[in-house]
Amino acid sequence: MVAGLLLGGFYAAVSLGVALIFGLLDIANIAQPAFVILGSYAAYVMNSSFGLDPILSGLLFTPVFYVLGAVVYRVYYESFERRGEESLRGLVFFFGLLFIMEVSLSLAFGVDYRLVQSWYMSRSIDLGGVGIAFRYLVPCMVGLAMTLALHLFLGRTFYGRAIMAVSQDRLALRLMGANPVQIKTIAFGVGIAAASLAGALLISIAPVIPSTDRDYIGRMFAITVLGGMGSIGGALVAAVVLGVAESLMSTFFGPSWSLAVSFGILLMALAVRPAGLFGR
Amino acid sequence: MNRPRSPKLALTLIVAVVVVTLLLASGGMFVARGADPIKIGFGMALTGGLSANGKPALLAIQIWKDDVNKRGGFLGRPVELVYYDDQTNPATVPAIYTKLLDVDKVDLVISGYGTNLIAPLMPIAMERKLTIMGMFGLANNEKYQYPNYFQIQPAGPDPQTSTAIGFFELAARQTPRPQTVALVGADAEYPQNAMVGARELAKKFGFKVVYDKNYPPSTVDYTPIVRAIKATNADIVFVASYPPDSVGMLRAALEVGLQPKIFGGGMVGLQFTSVMQSMGPSLNGIVNYDFWAPEPTMLAMPGIKEFLKEYQARAEKAGVDPLGYYLPPYSYALVQVLGQAIEATKSLDQQKLADYMRATDFSTVIGKVKFGKNGEWAKGRTLMVQYQKIQGTGIDQFRGPGKKVVLYPDELKSGNIIYPYAAAKN
Repeated sequence: MVAGLLLGGFYAAVSLGVALIFGLLDIANIAQPAFVILGSYAAYVMNSSFGLDPILSGLLFTPVFYVLGAVVYRVYYESFERRGEESLRGLVFFFGLLFIMEVSLSLAFGVDYRLVQSWYMSRSIDLGGVGIAFRYLVPCMVGLAMTLALHLFLGRTFYGRAIMAVSQDRLALRLMGANPVQIKTIAFGVGIAAASLAGALLISIAPVIPSTDRDYIGRMFAITVLGGMGSIGGALVAAVVLGVAESLMSTFFGPSWSLAVSFGILLMALAVRPAGLFGR
Repeated sequence: MNRPRSPKLALTLIVAVVVVTLLLASGGMFVARGADPIKIGFGMALTGGLSANGKPALLAIQIWKDDVNKRGGFLGRPVELVYYDDQTNPATVPAIYTKLLDVDKVDLVISGYGTNLIAPLMPIAMERKLTIMGMFGLANNEKYQYPNYFQIQPAGPDPQTSTAIGFFELAARQTPRPQTVALVGADAEYPQNAMVGARELAKKFGFKVVYDKNYPPSTVDYTPIVRAIKATNADIVFVASYPPDSVGMLRAALEVGLQPKIFGGGMVGLQFTSVMQSMGPSLNGIVNYDFWAPEPTMLAMPGIKEFLKEYQARAEKAGVDPLGYYLPPYSYALVQVLGQAIEATKSLDQQKLADYMRATDFSTVIGKVKFGKNGEWAKGRTLMVQYQKIQGTGIDQFRGPGKKVVLYPDELKSGNIIYPYAAAKN
């Protein structure tokens, strides 16, 4: 159970970008997992070259990823969204971006598995007879902090509220004097910035290669849909539900059932609540 | 004043010019044919999940090609490689080999890396009666029993038990003798084959199986699995896993405090330099399968030192495993076998090459290679090694002997097992 909660916190961190970009902006950014892996490699470079803690490096890279995200969105907007061709061609654009990033990482770093070192690797603490691995505890705490920060940003700041508004009524936002494209650029940038930290958490937990992104596409979008499109808190709950389900199944019924049960929960939840657990 | 020319002389001149022209032309054709390269085609995992091994394998084959061409090639012709990225995707294999054979007109083909990538090649090879060299395929020819298939992984006549045989034999020799075993493996082709073999061997050696489960390859958290294994208090734990799972299982074992008497078995990835460097002393005590280690018994094989020197010099630029101890020597040996067959038969005829390969003992950088039933090695030679006395994460310690001690088979043994597992941790 505890392992599942920790895993859920990590899943929430990895899925935040998708929850924001896909859930709120309705942009099917299939390339988000590739940005996460890019974050992993940034953390790897800083860790192996300068001995920097991966999570600290993930934090340091967030402004760079923000700018990268803003540029990608502007290209996407000018090329597809502005012309009303975002549905299919936009999807192809993000698919292409995913493959380009994957191949670029292969060319730059080769295809060996990359890992990072940190003081909390391979250590655990015993809390009331339950061993808790720092390798999962730290990413979980960071994931929770990221979710809380994003929740506060969206609810308490001007730009956050503007992002919520653009997801609900773009025209009304324009009438209020705000530029929806600028707001969406900021939101997309924030979503990609989250990938920097998520990537650092990912490489803290498991080794990565450029194609590791493919393992996470399904989970990221499943968590966003299960939580409810546009709900950041919902994404956290969904991540914890999937994490706990996977963990309990692994422990008591055998790990081969874990993914089937997780996605079974997704299907059942959608049958009962098609908008997701906390969907609008 | 011009003298009239004799018609006979003119005719002779014309004939001479025509003959010389034809001779030159035919000579030119001879030169052109002589320079036509022998094309060897293959698909290789240069991206995707198996690329960490596919790219080093390609480099080894390229080194062989350069070595051969420096010596003048085969049959007076240089060797040329024609290859495509199979993206670790079996669905790409039929199209790649069809193009190689029908468009690129390659003379010979070899397989890409790994069981899943060899499987779709088998029907093509059989239909076209090709002689096919397989690179690390586990039991690909069990069902087909195609006579012209030859496989370089030293799995031996019983591929399914080859990974685990050393592990269980070693366990059975220890005092006090372990009694119980936990088996865990990924839901994927290789781990499942290894698990079948492990179950068979556990029964054969009289170990009681107290845990036997599979997990999906996309598992992120391995601590619940390791906790469940710890709860069974198994004496030995056999793991059949791919690289991310191997690291995940090992880290989870350290975090949970799992300390059976012997731990390891069929964990893919621990052999890779990047993983060895990152895991460092965490590897101490693990008993795991391997194919090559820089131990005196292995370095005695002819040509291996020269090959590794060349490989390591080119590895950094190629962005591949810097030491190349896992797959590259075997990839080089695979094409060495093919080359020796061409030289001996003086032919590119598929059947002649296959007949020669079936009948011959080859001398390669990985030692003597003799093919037997289903094109597998006549006698298996999967190593069982133990990681010992690793300190820190420096790469240089892995270049020499003593860190990956060969325990099995006896003829290649370079040291003794530290038993139980916990003793190697100190």
